[in-house]
Amino acid sequence: METIGFLMDGFAVALTPYNLMFALFGAFVGTLIGCLPGLGPANGVAILIPLAFTLGLPPETAMILLTAVYAGAMYGGRISSILLNIPGDEPAMMTCLDGHPMARNGRAADALAVSAIASFAGGLIGTIGLIMLAPVLARFALTFGPAEYFALFLLAFATLGGITGKNPMKTVIAATLGIMISTVGIDISTGTQRYTFGVLELYEGIDFILAIVGLFAISELLFFVESRMGSGRGKMSVGKLSLSFRELVSTIPTQLRGGVLGFISGVLPGAGASLGSFISYTLEKQVVGRKGTFGEGDIRGVVAPEAGNNGASSGALVPMLTLGVPGSGTTAVLLAMLISLNITPGPLMFTQNAEIVWGVIAALLIGNVLLLVLNIPLVGFFVKLLSVPPMYLLPIVTMIAFVGIYSISHSTFDLYFMVAFGVAGYFLRKLEIPLVPIILGLLLGPEMEKNLGHALVLSDGDWSILWQSALAKGLWVVAGLGLLLPYIVGPLLRRRMNAAMKESPVSD
Amino acid sequence: MFFKRTLSFVAAAAVSMHAMAWQPSGKVECLAPADPGGGWDFTCRSVGNVMQDLGLVEGTVQTVNMAGAGGGVAYAHTVSKRAEDNNLLVAASTATTTRLAQKQFPGMDADMVTWVGALGADYGIIAVSRDSEYQNLNELMAAVKENPKSVKFAGGSARGGWDHLKVLITARAAGADKLPSIPYLSYNNGGEAMSQVVGGQVDAFTGDISEATGFMKSGDLRVVAVLADERLPGDFSDIPTAKEQGIDAVGPNWRGFYMPKGASDEAKAYWVDAVDTLYASDEWKKVMRNNGLIAFHPPADKFDEFVRNQVQEIEQLSRDIGLLK
Repeated sequence: METIGFLMDGFAVALTPYNLMFALFGAFVGTLIGCLPGLGPANGVAILIPLAFTLGLPPETAMILLTAVYAGAMYGGRISSILLNIPGDEPAMMTCLDGHPMARNGRAADALAVSAIASFAGGLIGTIGLIMLAPVLARFALTFGPAEYFALFLLAFATLGGITGKNPMKTVIAATLGIMISTVGIDISTGTQRYTFGVLELYEGIDFILAIVGLFAISELLFFVESRMGSGRGKMSVGKLSLSFRELVSTIPTQLRGGVLGFISGVLPGAGASLGSFISYTLEKQVVGRKGTFGEGDIRGVVAPEAGNNGASSGALVPMLTLGVPGSGTTAVLLAMLISLNITPGPLMFTQNAEIVWGVIAALLIGNVLLLVLNIPLVGFFVKLLSVPPMYLLPIVTMIAFVGIYSISHSTFDLYFMVAFGVAGYFLRKLEIPLVPIILGLLLGPEMEKNLGHALVLSDGDWSILWQSALAKGLWVVAGLGLLLPYIVGPLLRRRMNAAMKESPVSD
Repeated sequence: MFFKRTLSFVAAAAVSMHAMAWQPSGKVECLAPADPGGGWDFTCRSVGNVMQDLGLVEGTVQTVNMAGAGGGVAYAHTVSKRAEDNNLLVAASTATTTRLAQKQFPGMDADMVTWVGALGADYGIIAVSRDSEYQNLNELMAAVKENPKSVKFAGGSARGGWDHLKVLITARAAGADKLPSIPYLSYNNGGEAMSQVVGGQVDAFTGDISEATGFMKSGDLRVVAVLADERLPGDFSDIPTAKEQGIDAVGPNWRGFYMPKGASDEAKAYWVDAVDTLYASDEWKKVMRNNGLIAFHPPADKFDEFVRNQVQEIEQLSRDIGLLK
């Protein structure tokens, strides 16, 4: 097969000691960047671009370095989600939901290990998908018009109720808050400013990184201060790696589902890794989470989003490499790098710059293996972080976040704003309003609004365009099912489960 | 080649004469008004490198990113906090003049800084997909004139932004009225907009030539006009200009710099000359070639006038379509 030949050539490029060294370096730096709150994959890649230039790296080496950083950041994001309940970057947000409860139950090591394996599986599935299906999928992505995108985002919001289940109304409130925040800034479809009150810093809208760091990291710090004032908080037990082989095997279906779903949402430009990890999590919860252990430290709740976001990170490379269209913020930066390396992005890149494209793909495979090898031994190291008393750990993390944010934007305004988000996050948590849907609203709201607007412009205001194509109809049906099924199937299952519980009180 | 060498030698000599009067000492800063990875960031980093290679600066040029308000935060910073800094260059482009013209930097206008020079441009294009019924710009514009709603355009800037303005400039030059009713869909970047056009969801693409090169070479996209005075060099020489199709529309997206108004006259003269020298150098020509930039460099004394004219033209156009009251 021709592809195999190309891939072998790619390996020949990526496996030279020189390139391998940079892949290892990139993977390590990426993991570090990913686990620091405030620095995500897009920043990580952007920060290293000047380095690639200063070192005068050849194009394929530069791309391999940056791809490794990208994959590494996707691995790293989960670490602070699990240990501190502070997502390292936006796709790692979903990992907080079950990862941190696992750590609280003394299973931090297990959560870290299983999420590393899930990341590997997701990355592997994504890369294989990229190799096998890239050209086909790129054409498929082209068939997505505004109406289809709108239906896709609607699907995401329809399944939102499932993520933090206790009080669906509070989830809706949180998502609405996120969408409201997302309307600040220039409205690209009319060119007018909304809710900016003449403040220059608000003109481009509110950066979700600020919101994430503020809502999660700073509010965590505030909570800690409060609990120190009061009775004090018990130290978290660290726990040894107790993951059994059987448990690992039981998560394989979840890994597969998560990886595939993540990959698909990564392929669609504009959807990206956050949607990948989000849909993987909610679907997993709908499929197997009826026992109600999701959100309390279910191992599958860690596996699904991690497989999802790493699958998506490979998926996002599909439109970038085959069409020259960035599928996410990070790939947009990678694309800028390609352009400055005198490579024309576009449909011909696969044929004209085969050695670079396949070198990158091979580097992604190698990078994933390296990252797994790197991350498993590091579990012990990272878990040790938990034995640092929170009174030292949390301020350090917050400080790093401040420095990280400032180093990107050079704006003190952003720092004040972040603190404001932190205070807001504190009160929202007091009200038991979940934070994750706020970020999702912030991320997905503008895309949904934009595509609705576009669809209506295309149809001259005729709403029926939204469900005209077969693809859109399909998405609407899935969205409808996602919204209604929990209410129909839920009670049924609960009844059956109660019956089963009486028979055997033991469950894993 | 010989001519170029001589030119750069003369320019270099001119610079060194000025250099006796004033020379940047210490750290030179290039302010990129966006996050790393974008066009302004690229301008700063590549210019910084070439300036070092040519010995135009003593030490290094440090690129500082200051994102916000589409360049507004950096503009305000330059005007208020760095008003007399001799060692500061700020990357700018047509996006800067567009926002100035549309009063999107509140309380600030183009007079508040010194415009140093341009270092090349990316020219605007109008394109359709391979299967489109429109073969050339005239057919496309005829359809717009007959019914402004019949052709939907997609581009990578917000409504009222540069990509949208290019459609309006072209349509107005073609004699279309009802400019505000021409549908324009804005996407996050040119690539996303293009994929919607290639996928057949939207009729026409408006953007810059460098964005479209990939899809153009693969044959998925048919560029019906480039908005330049003359045909572009090299691979692009097959693309007809709007002018030769009888539609007098030009849309260069230039890359260049401004600096603080209060800097000393010697410093200003030094940087204007430095940009001239840089532009004439072979090193810069290579950067331009590698990045799809095309020759664009108004003479030093004309650049300020060019910026003012562009601001005025965009302001008028924005009024016409109701973006400005």
